[in-house]
Amino acid sequence: MKINVRVIGRVLVVELFGELDLNTAPRFRDVVEGELHSNPAINHILLLMRGVTFIDSSGLGVILGRYKKLRPHGGSVIIVAPSLQARKALELSGLAGIISICSTEDEAWVKAVGV
Amino acid sequence: MVTENYMTIEFPAIPENVEFARTVVACFASQISSFTLEEIDDIKLVVSEAVSNTVLHSYDTPGGIIRLTAARNGDTLYVTVEDFGKGITEIEKAKEPAFTTDPDRMGMGFTIMEALSDELHVTSVPGKGVKVEIRKSPHGTAKASEELQC
Repeated sequence: MKINVRVIGRVLVVELFGELDLNTAPRFRDVVEGELHSNPAINHILLLMRGVTFIDSSGLGVILGRYKKLRPHGGSVIIVAPSLQARKALELSGLAGIISICSTEDEAWVKAVGV
Repeated sequence: MVTENYMTIEFPAIPENVEFARTVVACFASQISSFTLEEIDDIKLVVSEAVSNTVLHSYDTPGGIIRLTAARNGDTLYVTVEDFGKGITEIEKAKEPAFTTDPDRMGMGFTIMEALSDELHVTSVPGKGVKVEIRKSPHGTAKASEELQC
């Protein structure tokens, strides 16, 4: 699994590649937590998932955990361009009902900061 | 059940083997040419959830073993994920959605497995282990075997 991160204003953009499961999810969590710790002003996370070829409930759990962390402060997690497999996992788990899913990064930026 | 083909492997219950397990079963399942790629993805997800559950919950000490079996009878795939750990005392409770105390876990493993399998059986003897049996047949028309590279 490969993870690229960048911080733009109060938004953390996380680009994921590869498979997200019990083995790789802890690294995903640690990278995101590290950024949130270093930049306490971050209140939105954009997860670019076009490159994620597989995700199971271990990966979904890390996304849910970050959502739970940001939500009380008015923040959000927005998923961008999930694959068919990821979208199905999001729907089966119920996560699709509480976390926004966008087709493009532009659409996600509008949702996050209104621009 | 007369099986046309089968495989059994054993490996340590460690996170590194979750991907290995689902990939092996996906390759085995691709012998059933009428599975679609989406159905192969479903099988991968079911196996990933079952093996992850075992890695997370079955053993209190390192060294535990997972036995993974896949069998084919006609167009039907049978997968068994078995461990020899502490077992589950309340199977129905363990299968309830969101039954977890870990904030980074969903507790949706069994829900996902049930949704994507034609049949799912969980049996356990406390102190002896857990056996998860999955059955799945193709429902689509596209052929994954022509596109899946194992």
